[in-house]
Amino acid sequence: MTSLPQQTSAQQPGLVIDLDICVGCHACAVNCKEWNTGGHSAPLTDEEPYGADPLGVWFNRIHTYEAGDGAEGQTVHFPRSCLHCEEPACVTVCPTGASYKREADGIVLVNADSCIGCKLCSWACPYGAREYDHSDGVMKKCTLCIERIENQNLPEIDRVPACVSTCPASARHFGDLGDPNSDISQLVQERGGYDLMPEMGMKPVNKYLPPRAQPASLAPSPTPTSTAATEPGGTGSPFLDWVDRTLSR
Amino acid sequence: MHPAYSVIFFTTASGAGYGMLVWLAILAATNAVSPSLASGVTIFVVALGLITSGLLSSTFHLGHPERAWRALSQWRSSWLSREGIAAIVTYIPALLFALGWIVFASVDGNWRIVGLITGLMALVTVACTGMIYASLKAIPRWTDATVVPIYLAFALSSGGALIITVLAILGPLTSQWAWLVALATALAWALKLLYWHRIDNAAPVATAESATGLGHLGTVRQLEAPHSGENYIMREMGFQIARKHAARLRMIALLFGGAIPILAFIVAGFVGGPALMIVALAGLAGTVVGVLLERWLFFAEAQHAAMLFYGAKAV
Repeated sequence: MTSLPQQTSAQQPGLVIDLDICVGCHACAVNCKEWNTGGHSAPLTDEEPYGADPLGVWFNRIHTYEAGDGAEGQTVHFPRSCLHCEEPACVTVCPTGASYKREADGIVLVNADSCIGCKLCSWACPYGAREYDHSDGVMKKCTLCIERIENQNLPEIDRVPACVSTCPASARHFGDLGDPNSDISQLVQERGGYDLMPEMGMKPVNKYLPPRAQPASLAPSPTPTSTAATEPGGTGSPFLDWVDRTLSR
Repeated sequence: MHPAYSVIFFTTASGAGYGMLVWLAILAATNAVSPSLASGVTIFVVALGLITSGLLSSTFHLGHPERAWRALSQWRSSWLSREGIAAIVTYIPALLFALGWIVFASVDGNWRIVGLITGLMALVTVACTGMIYASLKAIPRWTDATVVPIYLAFALSSGGALIITVLAILGPLTSQWAWLVALATALAWALKLLYWHRIDNAAPVATAESATGLGHLGTVRQLEAPHSGENYIMREMGFQIARKHAARLRMIALLFGGAIPILAFIVAGFVGGPALMIVALAGLAGTVVGVLLERWLFFAEAQHAAMLFYGAKAV
């Protein structure tokens, strides 16, 4: 049934991504691929992975943006995956009922057995979160690792999505965003977590935490301090100058 | 958006077929034609053939065409599902209408009502097609209020061109019908010009800044893409056409789909014999080129919000 659940579920598991901490290492994307190629929507097919024009299904992709100019500018690493929206257009446009939002927890999933591969859901998603698997002929997307987060056989600490468990910088958080008192909701509150493209009206569940303002002491100083050493003849010794030039490259 | 040929063919072919059914219903309701075997067989075979081949072609781009029947289940929320149901339901009155016209040589009484139901269902189906696109918030320009009227108007323009051509060759064609089709064609292109004007001047709905939420830091630009190659999203949504090429193609579409048929169908009202056939065929040929180009541009010019993450500035 592609009509949305009548009531918002009490539980709303989701991700919070801290853009201040993310170092852009892509580990979450790699572990996502690794886990999910054996998970709910397995496999995450690659086409010509070693060819000239490789193409593959990934649920998590890491962009890097520059925001602002000059000394005020920042480089921001930006992981993107399905936001498990409260009002996901990808679900309502689905003609077959293959796309659905789970009533109990609001996780947005695809039933690969009834998906006809019309791709309309990917057109409806403003976030580009859905990826078509050409070899399976069905649409695939982030499952929030349902087979991990619900797995009673795993130790509780491991019942988190693969991307969260692997992040070496703890830039990714998983928890119940439907409970205003949960740690993750508190974090969103404290740090001013926000929705991506709220104007699209999809009410994403996942939140992003903005980069913190840079302390003045970290801002790049306007004049380089090492010009003397790098200028020709700066040390008086040709050998040391050569070492300096070589190491400065 | 990537202009997939199967979708362009589906929307234009089925649109023209449904447009023919609408004109047929009007012709029957106004006693403008006497139903003959030759015209009936030709018109219904062409109309239902276009509709059927269009519907079949729309299943070609599916990953699982064998599951296409499932697409009829979600009419409560999905315009694609509604379109599928409307398309199938339309066959029932359309085949009855054809039966009355061809076998019983009648468009009177109940057959006329069947014809009107056919025409109405044809309009409903085309409107559903338009709504599939007009309901996608992720492609802001498609949500323009002119999109559904444009789908309807182009169905009438292309369906009308086909009817006029068939009648010019097979049956009596009275001037006012050729002029009405010219009028419908003019209306379609007036709406299209309005659409182009509106999408060219529309304020952005979303920007790279709102997509990333980093606007408070300043202008946002992509420094590194997630991967060195392309991905599904970039191929499907990232199609871009240079503005100057689009402008030229728009003019070609307008010339072929608008100017030529309008002129041809106006002239068709004044001439007869071989000259009538030639102008009608010229009008039809222009319409085919123009409508295909128009539909190609509809997809090629559309910008998807997901591309804001991949370097687009605003949509």
